Amino acid sequence: MEKQICGKVIHLNEEGYLTDLNEWTPEIAEELAKEYNITLSPRHWEVLKYLQSEHKNNVPLSIRKIGKSNVVDIKEFYALFPQGPLKISSKIAGIPKPASCL
Amino acid sequence: MSEFNGEIRKMMIILSKATLENVYAAFVLANGARMEGIEAEIFFTFFGLEAVHKKKLEHLHVATVGNPAMHMPTLLGGLPGMEALATSMMKKEMEKIDMPDVHEFLDILTASGVKLWACKLAMDMFHYKKEDLYEGVDDVITVGDFYKQGAGLGTHMLFV
Repeated sequence: MEKQICGKVIHLNEEGYLTDLNEWTPEIAEELAKEYNITLSPRHWEVLKYLQSEHKNNVPLSIRKIGKSNVVDIKEFYALFPQGPLKISSKIAGIPKPASCL
Repeated sequence: MSEFNGEIRKMMIILSKATLENVYAAFVLANGARMEGIEAEIFFTFFGLEAVHKKKLEHLHVATVGNPAMHMPTLLGGLPGMEALATSMMKKEMEKIDMPDVHEFLDILTASGVKLWACKLAMDMFHYKKEDLYEGVDDVITVGDFYKQGAGLGTHMLFV
């Protein structure tokens, strides 16, 4: 599905995840975050950048790994992205939905 | 039901057993709920209390007797050392899939906002005190208190 954000056409899958990280821009992230009533702070950006670099290195993401990342602890991760932090942060970061139960 | 269109808003999980496979099932379900933005609470009752008992939670075992999925004759499962063997094999497999141990899992659950409740009746029965329990346990409560916690639309209860 195509969507127009900030004057750019981006491609999303049926769950709203970007299908191509190359289409991602910080402005798009801010727009996606708004859908969850999140205003991106410097801490959000640090987490998003970490997620993107892990994704580029093909590291599967899980709550446990993020807790051990030294970027953010689990409690803060939930505070930054309430209502499902791993899914929502991945969506905002423009990476695929993590297929993790942990 | 109509308000949330049947959506699950809260999982109330009752853990009544302390075998590793049951404890992990309850923990994974609670953690998985939080990951979806669903609230989760666990009520530890009867033997399930061992999963939050400081001295016992590191020593939980897989059940080798009365567990048909072990594909092991009951007599064999009862041999000395068999439970320890099955447990260490399972723990190795769990490490491979990045599964935390029980203590770390409890830390993850509390950091994720899962509420942990100890059953008052079972605490009395086993003569446990609050100090004997993992520090993240929210409180010792009655069944009635637990039901009150689960009030509201979209709450589901699960007995493990």
